[in-house]
Amino acid sequence: MNILLVLIPVSIILGGIGLCAALWTVRNGQYDDDAGTSARILLDDDDNHPDGPDGP
Amino acid sequence: MTTLSACPACAAAPMAERIASPRLETPDIILSLPTIHCAGCIAAVERSLRTLPGVTAARVNLSLKRVSVQTETLTDAALVTRLRDAGYEAHPLDRSVLDTGTDPEGQRLLVKLAVSGFAMMNVMLFSVAIWSGAADATRELFHMISAAISLPAVLFCGQPFFASAWSALRVRRLNMDVPISLAILLAAGMSLYEVLNHGRHAYFDAALSLTFFLLVGRYLDHRSRRAAHSAARDLAALEVHSALRLTQGNAQTVAVSELNVGDAILIPTGVRVPVDGTLLSLEASTDRAFLTGESDAVRSLMGAEVQAGEINLGAPFKVQATAVGADTTLRRVAAMVEIAENSRNSYTALADRAAAIYAPAVHLLAFVAFIGWAVIGGDIRQALNVAVAVLIITCPCALGLAVPAVSTAAIARLYSKGFLVKSGTALERLAETDTVMFDKTGTLTIPASKAVTDVLNTRQQAVARALAQSSTHPVSRAVLAALPAGDEPAVLSGVVEVAGRGVEGLSTEGLVQLGSGTWLGADFDGPGLRIGCAPAIALPLTETVRAGAQTAIDGLRAQGLRPAIISGDRLSAVTPLANALGIEDRQAGISATEKHVQLQTLAREGHRVLMVGDGLNDAAALAAAHASVAPSSALDAARNAADIVILNDSLAELPLLMSVARAATRLSKQNFAIAALYNLIAVPVALAGMATPLLAAIAMSVSSLTVLANAMRIRRVK
Repeated sequence: MNILLVLIPVSIILGGIGLCAALWTVRNGQYDDDAGTSARILLDDDDNHPDGPDGP
Repeated sequence: MTTLSACPACAAAPMAERIASPRLETPDIILSLPTIHCAGCIAAVERSLRTLPGVTAARVNLSLKRVSVQTETLTDAALVTRLRDAGYEAHPLDRSVLDTGTDPEGQRLLVKLAVSGFAMMNVMLFSVAIWSGAADATRELFHMISAAISLPAVLFCGQPFFASAWSALRVRRLNMDVPISLAILLAAGMSLYEVLNHGRHAYFDAALSLTFFLLVGRYLDHRSRRAAHSAARDLAALEVHSALRLTQGNAQTVAVSELNVGDAILIPTGVRVPVDGTLLSLEASTDRAFLTGESDAVRSLMGAEVQAGEINLGAPFKVQATAVGADTTLRRVAAMVEIAENSRNSYTALADRAAAIYAPAVHLLAFVAFIGWAVIGGDIRQALNVAVAVLIITCPCALGLAVPAVSTAAIARLYSKGFLVKSGTALERLAETDTVMFDKTGTLTIPASKAVTDVLNTRQQAVARALAQSSTHPVSRAVLAALPAGDEPAVLSGVVEVAGRGVEGLSTEGLVQLGSGTWLGADFDGPGLRIGCAPAIALPLTETVRAGAQTAIDGLRAQGLRPAIISGDRLSAVTPLANALGIEDRQAGISATEKHVQLQTLAREGHRVLMVGDGLNDAAALAAAHASVAPSSALDAARNAADIVILNDSLAELPLLMSVARAATRLSKQNFAIAALYNLIAVPVALAGMATPLLAAIAMSVSSLTVLANAMRIRRVK
């Protein structure tokens, strides 16, 4: 049963990473325009740098 | 994001954000793009704006149908022209009226949804181990870890329910959130007690999945409301918020909010008067359809009263303000609307009515189970366990999802068809109506949208077409709309638009002019055409029937509703329209107050009335009706009073609105029935003391998913 001592922390940490990633997507405003996001995947030249073509 | 983070993903976030920031933090100009709908539109709009010198960044938001632009040198007019050339309609939005685009309430719900989701996944993982037979020390360890994860998660994520339940309890009422909060808290508390006493059953996963599913319902609800709300704000932000103030003869653009009583204001052609005032110019011709329902232009002479909301149809005129802002007649109507709305606020939503039956029944059932087991079995702990199992298994989560899932799907469907549902209970109320009252001017008809051009011969038509084509003024468009399509325009040279007067050019006959009667030197007021030295020909403006009006009335009648017209206009204007549309029940010359009184009388007779109107004279009636619809061209006050705004120009989809509303109510009730059916099977099991955490988890997820799937059927309503 010693394996549990490894597996339990691993499962909790993995869950924590998932949660942090989800929280980041929320704070980053990735749910602000769900219709637009699903459409943008079809664009070949979608600009991921809204700050300008040769942005920072 | 400057805070230090404890996890790798958060630490990596700022870097990723720099690479792919999807937001413009402080846009200089926001434009509304009502016609965009696909990926191609996004690309075209962004490309045409970014290639414009002076624009540093442009980002389209497809959900809100807006584009945010960062520019230091360009004005909104330049951007609108650019987009029009690219084939997109654009309107500048007033940012002081607009919300900032961020949605703190929605973000808070999403954060809670994420926390409860991940906590549920982890706890469920341990629960599977327990259900598969983990025993003794292992089980206790898993229970302890589950408790450590779920207790903080439940307390954090359940806040929206606890707050709502508390506010209901404080005024001694029960709402849906009371049994929800009780189930969540008791499940978590009871499980903690069990774990500390080395018990076998813990409901941590049930408490978390309850929270998770309910938060899904809450978030769906919030999102559909916000979409409607922000679109309603867009409409408000489109209103004219600047005026031309005259100081020592110079016109200066100022915000309407900065105008004072006594200011002289210039009203250009086609613009709405922003204040109440007296006319300083010799004469003016205005459209008062919004205020009174009259379809003809009103001519006033120097010194006459002009009211906020009138639209200048003639030459520019000057007004001296006598009332501004909240003191104008326009705004005072808002007070009347508010009083009328109070009667509607007493309407109880379907979900609350269900909660009123459900909450006491469940509490009573759990209490009876507790007493029964305590008396018969004599074991308080066992009795409490059964009572908690009953509370969990009666599954408030299917009930909490039943209505929001249906209304979100319905509102999204209606939004794609051009309906903006502003009120949460609008669809339920709409489904109950049996009579439709239409206002005439501006609702069934579009005033001053067509000129009478029957008197023109072929040559005159060709000249009128050539002149009207060269201008975007509403009158030119009305003339163009009346001319037979496909004819060749006359060949003219040197066509120029004379601001506020008309269009002129040179032809073989000499000077040709299309413009206001006074400019042409004729004795009529409205637009006219003059060719060479011949006398000017009057082209009076008339109203046209709104697109889809006939379809809408036939469709609504087929659905069993009784259509009627109630108008402030003359009987001679109402009768032909009513005959054409086949509406027997018609009333003309009805004032705003009379409309309101008539609706109240109908309500007393037991009728539920759907009011469709656009004017200031309709606002009180819209608020007093059981449900109300306004076209997007309606006055601010009317749009605010209405439950639903039609965003496109046609009325043809009104019957669809009705069938979706009825289907939404039907599906909500079906959802309640499904939830009740699950309870019918699961409650006896729980009462018998045979409910296990596994059974609770299965019953909860399956009933929630069934309810969600049933709600999606609204997409197929025709």
